Amino acid sequence: MSENINLTLKIWRQKGPNDKGHLETHEARDISTDMSFLEMLDVVNEQLTVEGKDPVSFDHDCREGICGMCGTVINGLAHGPERGTTLCQLHMRHFKDGDTIVIEPWRARPFRIIKDLVVDRSSFDEIIQAGGYVSVNTGQAPEANSIPVPPEWAELAMDAAACIGCGACVAACPNASAMLFVGAKISQLALLPQGKPEAAKRALSMLRKMDELDFGNCSNETECEAVCPKEISITNIARFNREFLVASFGSSEK
Amino acid sequence: MNWLINTLGSSIGKKLLMAITGLGFIGFLAVHLIGNLTLYGGQDLFTSYVEHLHALGPLIILAELGLLSFAIIHIVIGTLLFYENLMARPVRYRVKKNAGGRTIGSATQPYTGFIILAFLILHLLNFHFAEHTNKSLYQLISSAFANPLYVGVYVIAMIVVAIHVSHGFWSLFQTLGANHPKYMPLIQKLGIAVSLMFGIGFGFVPIFISFIA
Ligand code: HEM
Ligand code: FES
Repeated sequence: MSENINLTLKIWRQKGPNDKGHLETHEARDISTDMSFLEMLDVVNEQLTVEGKDPVSFDHDCREGICGMCGTVINGLAHGPERGTTLCQLHMRHFKDGDTIVIEPWRARPFRIIKDLVVDRSSFDEIIQAGGYVSVNTGQAPEANSIPVPPEWAELAMDAAACIGCGACVAACPNASAMLFVGAKISQLALLPQGKPEAAKRALSMLRKMDELDFGNCSNETECEAVCPKEISITNIARFNREFLVASFGSSEK
Repeated sequence: MNWLINTLGSSIGKKLLMAITGLGFIGFLAVHLIGNLTLYGGQDLFTSYVEHLHALGPLIILAELGLLSFAIIHIVIGTLLFYENLMARPVRYRVKKNAGGRTIGSATQPYTGFIILAFLILHLLNFHFAEHTNKSLYQLISSAFANPLYVGVYVIAMIVVAIHVSHGFWSLFQTLGANHPKYMPLIQKLGIAVSLMFGIGFGFVPIFISFIA
């Protein structure tokens, strides 16, 4: 059952990384409740373009909740009020006629704002480059069943691998810590036999890169888990802590 | 030894130090609480407990030095973490809501910590560094708690300790990597029980003394 609603948007506008930025008010008229949040922003942008004004820049790509590009803080909640949902999968039926919606970019020191709601998350790529991979020899694909993997481990690794790297965990964390992201990326490899040989090296180099990029320190607030669109569990952070302990005190890695 | 400094200086390393020292304090508070319970037994029982404790001599000094170094680590690193976490988000959100993870304990951890530090200084001045020559410890305690202001400050401080531990307890296990689906629910319940025990057990001592003093 679709209806049309009118909304007041307070959108963060910032010309570039060094601009101070401010909240700007826009009216969104005749928004179908069947629209997604991003489609609603498209409507606002069309209007702004017609008026000859600068449209609002925001990140998006797949619009089906799998790529990890989209994401803003909606009324103080990363990806908005729906649990386990990316912003592109949030629909306007969760809002009421006359609502005021405050839209802000992810905020963290390592996440530089490029323009308006567009945020540079290449710090995540740097963390992956520091060790979020397995080194394998090229050649023929090995026989799939030659390395046995218990199904529970495979399940846990898959749960961790569901992370799309959107950055909501950092945005929602009161300390701007990246522990859920890094915990998931460490876990998806540490749980599988293929990831074991480099586990100690990986844990230390990814941790060091994370620290070097000036993310905050985890204080187990668990806000990250609550906003994660893929509902990644904080048990992955505990596993990262264990991997760190084993690597620091139980391996010859320095 | 460079690797050890790198390890303990990293973000998880600092958290590890917070967890170990925090666990140490919880252990100390448990022992301290058992000792304080003798106050409910009256002056004689309490005085004999104090005499037995002081008879341990060098062991007490060792324990005090241990606690002092734990305190320095916990306070210095706690302050550093608090500062680093503030710096990690230089521009704050205009609107920020809790998504459901935060608790009173977790949201106030650094602030309750600083209040405990202030209380700790007052507490040590009150009883540890006070003039003991012509007054017994029991007399010091009962004259302090004859003043309702002291009773109020001590009761509030104990509520603050309970709030700090309500998050700290389960958090330290998570930091140590001990998050297991079978045990974590138990650890979380135990954390609430321990913080209630500290709050109620310590908190009622000043009230009780003020009534009998
Ligand atoms: C009664 C004494 C105290 C006890 C039992 C205690 C216990 C704890 C515990 C168990 C933790 C959790 C560690 C973790 O998450 O791994 C913690 C964290 C913390 N404590 Fe204390 N603490 C005490 C006093 C203090 C004092 C005096 C301060 C003053 C600076 C303080 C500041 C902090 C801070 C800032 C944290 C959070 C660290 C973080 O996770 O970022 N605490 N405490
Ligand atoms: S646009 Fe791809 S996850 Fe939202």
